[in-house]
Amino acid sequence: MAVTADHNIPNRSPLMAFLSRWLLTTNHKEIGTLYMWLSFVLFFIGGAMAMVIRMELFQPGIQFAEPLLYNQMVTLHGLIMVFGVVMPGFVGLANWQLPMMIGAPDMALPRLNNFSFWILPFAFTLLISTLFMEGGAPNFGWTFYAPLSTTYGPPSTDVFIFGVHLMGISSVLGAINIIVTIFNLRVKGMTLMKMPLFVWTWLITAFLLVMVMPVLAGAVTMVLTDRHFGTSFFAAAGGGDPLLFQHVFWFFGHPEVYILILPGFGIASQIIPTFARKKLFGYHSMVYATASIAILSFVVWGHHMFTTGMPLTAELFVMYATMLIAVPTGVKVFNWVATMWRGSITFETPMLFALGFVILFTIGGFSGLMLALVPADFQYHDTFFVVAHFHYVLYPGAIFGIMSAVYYWLPKWTGNMYDERLGKIHFWTAIIGVNMTFFPMHFLGLAGMPRRIVDYSLQFADFNMVASFGAGMLGLTQVLFLYIVIKTIRGGKKATGRVWEGAEGLEWTLASPAPLHTFETPPKFPTPEEDYPRD
Amino acid sequence: MIEAPRYYVPHSSPWPIIGSTALAITAFGAVSFIHQSTEKVAAEGSFGEPIFFIGLAMIAFMMFGWFGIVIRESVKGMNSVMMDRSYRMGMAWFIVSEIMFFAAFFGALFYARIMSVPWLAGAGNNLETHVLLWPEFADTWPLFMTPGGGITEAMEAWGLPFINTVILVTSSVTVTFAHWALKKNHRVLLPIWLAITVALGTTFLTLQVIEYQEAYGELGLTMGSGIYGSTFFMLTGFHGFHVAMGTIILFVMLLRSLRGHFSAENHFAFEAASWYWHFVDVVWLFLFTFVYWF
Repeated sequence: MAVTADHNIPNRSPLMAFLSRWLLTTNHKEIGTLYMWLSFVLFFIGGAMAMVIRMELFQPGIQFAEPLLYNQMVTLHGLIMVFGVVMPGFVGLANWQLPMMIGAPDMALPRLNNFSFWILPFAFTLLISTLFMEGGAPNFGWTFYAPLSTTYGPPSTDVFIFGVHLMGISSVLGAINIIVTIFNLRVKGMTLMKMPLFVWTWLITAFLLVMVMPVLAGAVTMVLTDRHFGTSFFAAAGGGDPLLFQHVFWFFGHPEVYILILPGFGIASQIIPTFARKKLFGYHSMVYATASIAILSFVVWGHHMFTTGMPLTAELFVMYATMLIAVPTGVKVFNWVATMWRGSITFETPMLFALGFVILFTIGGFSGLMLALVPADFQYHDTFFVVAHFHYVLYPGAIFGIMSAVYYWLPKWTGNMYDERLGKIHFWTAIIGVNMTFFPMHFLGLAGMPRRIVDYSLQFADFNMVASFGAGMLGLTQVLFLYIVIKTIRGGKKATGRVWEGAEGLEWTLASPAPLHTFETPPKFPTPEEDYPRD
Repeated sequence: MIEAPRYYVPHSSPWPIIGSTALAITAFGAVSFIHQSTEKVAAEGSFGEPIFFIGLAMIAFMMFGWFGIVIRESVKGMNSVMMDRSYRMGMAWFIVSEIMFFAAFFGALFYARIMSVPWLAGAGNNLETHVLLWPEFADTWPLFMTPGGGITEAMEAWGLPFINTVILVTSSVTVTFAHWALKKNHRVLLPIWLAITVALGTTFLTLQVIEYQEAYGELGLTMGSGIYGSTFFMLTGFHGFHVAMGTIILFVMLLRSLRGHFSAENHFAFEAASWYWHFVDVVWLFLFTFVYWF
């Protein structure tokens, strides 16, 4: 990407020029690139932790990871993947794409954008540094339930708390920026109901972020004061309740899981029409379905707590509300399938990943329905079935969503086509790896293997070995992904502006690679009768 | 067709990276500071306290510089109508996020009052918990005696808290008078009303300190006196912190108005400050109702 920023600072050493470009930038594309690379780096760090977990679980008994180390790996793997990989990955995509898709010159608040990004490397340095502290890293799972994090948390818990505060500040400011950009900087003529779906899903995601990240900040603050300032929010002896922690946490946590998937829905809704060469089926219902999912996400947090002895009425309400979410989700899956119906489909790598997303996310959705049933959940709770469920919605869901988006837009960002053959190899190894890793976990969980425990009974050995082999394959193939991305940045077949034959939207009217500054004067948004200008 | 105005995009800025570095230093310093002062973990030889305050100073420096360039851009007339709308929307959504921050603590308060305290006293299906663990415990609010035996007295609503309510509601009115004065370009009344508002905010904070002294010294009401004290100090403490921020912001607005900043048409910084002040006021009304009164 041979783009030079137009700062008028002559005679600087290359290092200073490099630093001033990336540290001081206010450009949405450069910040988007920073987000994507941060996400990629943390993907490998979090992935390495997953490898430790899978190697330890390769056989029954304790191989090399002492229980304390294992617990730290489980905790940091979860935190890094949720806050460090999926969220920054989607924000990076938003930074690159939203302004180009709505015809804006940049994000609405460019300096704030830089601030949001640069908080994150500090936050994750703090978080990862806990591994080297006395008493070790946080070891209570990414959900940091009280009293594990209050009474029994290691000293590094406080570092974790402030790290989460930093991530929260970054997310809230980033989300505000996205909302303002979408509401305020759309090109003339692009009404809300004409926005591309990636823009819509990000608008709703950003709304969720603004609503729930402060609640997470409140939760960690209460953990901090319970730990050090004598409060008893989560201590029954003082009139509080450890369960209160779970309520506060999951009030954040459930909308959070939709924060992790809604942009993926948007990506699938961009990519499938392109490669099916048909307009998206049911645009309006897609928008309403996304909004319904977001609204419902605020009233279903109790389904994470069925076995805590909640009142029966609450359990029933939460169960029905949760199952209700299957309706808008079903609408979306139906629409993606209907978009492909009688389309002239080609299977380039982005489309393959999008199809993998639709099919495997749906499997994760179905296991979610099973978990939503109160009596069934009494059996599944805290087993590997839950692990299987959320990895199915997060790996082939959120991560495949990001990967398909990267393949889809990388030619626009770099001006080069990625290597299609390698892309297909990446896809097939990834999808086989994903299923090999996570599908056996359903059986393990149904048979009663508890999650978050370093050792297991002999009868679980075979499936665990299969899962570990799958995980190794899945991990290795991501190195191939890194190679493909670097190779594409360095060269390759030149991409046209349009890139994909069936692609529609303002971003495809730009040259590839997109110049550093785009749409400084607003473009013309075509009326329904017109087509987007072709190059 | 009229050409749309060009949206001003700054090309680079040192302030964000200064700000994120400052936040990281503050966070790191806060952890060491807490470890030092609570002495629960060995933290001798760490410089938590100075690091923490250096971080805070850097944050203040960053705000000074960052808001400085925003003001200069505005004075130079680089801000379009669209830019102005971006700032407005940004501030509004920031206040939404602040509301949700307080919502977490109000949630804890309601949970304690409606759920956990009655349950500990045997309500619902929790009779065994009550009988086996804390048979002496009685369900009251304010919680005079915790299950563990901690004792406190309640803060009376109609003393200082009520005076503070009057002060804060009055200050919301005076800041609006200041806004009206500005809109009529009345450059004498504007700083007067602003100064009165700042004075009211300062009085509120002073009375809050006196109230805390009374709580700790006479009532035995501390952060450690059970869930009543926890929610009391968490809610009033964070609210007090916001009042302090708001007072500082309004004081800056006062200084700027004395320097001749703001025009009758263009004064979003002032409006943002007053939005924030009204937000703090409304939070207090909820506080007064649910923490002190009922």
